[in-house]
Amino acid sequence: MEPSEHGPDRDDARHHEPSPTLYPLGFAVGIAVILVGLVIDPLLIGVIGLAITLVFAFLWIRDATRLHREERVAVEAEQRKAEETGVPVKGERFPRSRFLESMTVGLGAVIGGIVTVPVAGFALLPSFLGQGRHRVDLGPLSQFPEGQWLVATFMTDPAAGEVSRRTAFVRNNGIFQNVPSFTIISNRCAHLGCPVQPNGPIGKTSFESTANGKVRLIQATPAGFGCPCHGGQYDTEGNRTAGPPVRALDRYAFEIVNGRLVLLSTFSVAFVDGTGAQAQIHKYKLAGPGQHVDGPEQWFYPLQPPHH
Amino acid sequence: MPGARKAPTKGQIRRRNLEVAVQYPLDWLEERSGLVGGVKYFLFRNVPADTNWMQTLGAATLTAFIVQAVTGVILAMYYQPTPQGAYPSIVNITDHLTLGWLVRGMHKWGASVFIILMFLHMGRVFLFGAYKYPRELNWIVGVLLLLTGMMEGFTGYLLPWDQTAYWASVVGINLNGTAPFLGPWLAQFLRSGQEISGDTLTRFYSLHMLLLPGAIAGLIGLHLYLVVRLGVTSPPWSPEAAGRDRPEEPSDLRQGLTQPAAHGGGGSE
Repeated sequence: MEPSEHGPDRDDARHHEPSPTLYPLGFAVGIAVILVGLVIDPLLIGVIGLAITLVFAFLWIRDATRLHREERVAVEAEQRKAEETGVPVKGERFPRSRFLESMTVGLGAVIGGIVTVPVAGFALLPSFLGQGRHRVDLGPLSQFPEGQWLVATFMTDPAAGEVSRRTAFVRNNGIFQNVPSFTIISNRCAHLGCPVQPNGPIGKTSFESTANGKVRLIQATPAGFGCPCHGGQYDTEGNRTAGPPVRALDRYAFEIVNGRLVLLSTFSVAFVDGTGAQAQIHKYKLAGPGQHVDGPEQWFYPLQPPHH
Repeated sequence: MPGARKAPTKGQIRRRNLEVAVQYPLDWLEERSGLVGGVKYFLFRNVPADTNWMQTLGAATLTAFIVQAVTGVILAMYYQPTPQGAYPSIVNITDHLTLGWLVRGMHKWGASVFIILMFLHMGRVFLFGAYKYPRELNWIVGVLLLLTGMMEGFTGYLLPWDQTAYWASVVGINLNGTAPFLGPWLAQFLRSGQEISGDTLTRFYSLHMLLLPGAIAGLIGLHLYLVVRLGVTSPPWSPEAAGRDRPEEPSDLRQGLTQPAAHGGGGSE
């Protein structure tokens, strides 16, 4: 092909610059609705926003590529005819080479998708689905004298071994309104998850064999709890008193089954008013360390991954 | 007058035969692959006359990566990525296997060397202005290399499976978890669940020795391709540097800088 034969087409294309369009605006509105939806209602408003975004993205792409799509087909058909017959024929004939090209790319994309989707799913989904719930038997209530702090160390999943070892600070608050009351604080710092320590002397160690294997109980007389990593400090209710933590220490839910103390899931706590059995716990769904559960900063963490 | 030429000595004949013997396999390879020419093109490029020792930092970083790759492959022959086996296998490598202490030490300290050299190399490129047109893309590739290199450091730190490794990874994962919006999801992906477990260890092991090194090797290939294609920059003080050859510039100034001896050491400027 002589370059000069391209001339008129190229000039033509330059005259047909894409005209201004409102589709990007609709696209941006869709993104904004998604973001609002993440805060308010991800399932409803988020999906509406996603639909708006996708529709406008499709329209925008179609609009932006219209000239290319129309022009290229026309040019190629014209050139081919000119070469073969010497007579330029106008028309929308779809050339064989373009068909084979698109089939190769298309089939490659299909094969790639068939491989990628399950592999990506296997890489991502097991972290989020089927998260098991643990129950930890800490032994009979008689092991927990009223008013005495005990540092309880146990395995949440004995089959997994030492890697599941966790620690909680347990205090029996006695009977309150005919129900036994316990303060059970997780030792994971609300800053970045280091193990906080009781600030005070520790006493006798005892062991209790339970359904969860050996539970170690160490008597302690803490004035509060302190974190060795970055210096976070908490009082005996788990309220932050100093340092970088963004909220109080997490707590374990518990139940009493046949006179034995059983730990359930953990939950997050913004702060605690009062102490012991009378404490008002400002309770939230479990959030990771360093994540705010109250105040405006909670908007940064609108959607927690599924967990027990 | 061929008779006037001296007959070659024994030594000359031996040398020519040796040259033929060396040349033959290279010619064979070159004819079938073009690889010899390719390697020559890569290694014997023209570079500015006034390149600086600082410009060897990139090659030093590459060397550090190769050391990490080689020692890492050998360590993987003895390491066990299980919660029960990881730490004992590290102890075995360090205390019992012949030269294990050395290879593990090379990998452990080499990791810091790799990161430090990446930063020094980046500083050199920044201070020399070598990231400017037309080399912006290579700066971006370099940033990706820095990121993947840091991820190597993060994932490798967990593998000894001792208290330092465990709690450093807890803190590192939870740091990721505090990122807005997707942070909690990223943290749970890294942990392979809600809690650190044996799956976290195997996940970090796989990332550390398969995915990230593969990505780094590919990015290094791209990085070097761009270096060869775009050429090496002169130092910023170079009088020969591209764009310095302006006609309005007084010629004696440039001569004074480049050839002080010719003027009798006359650097009067």
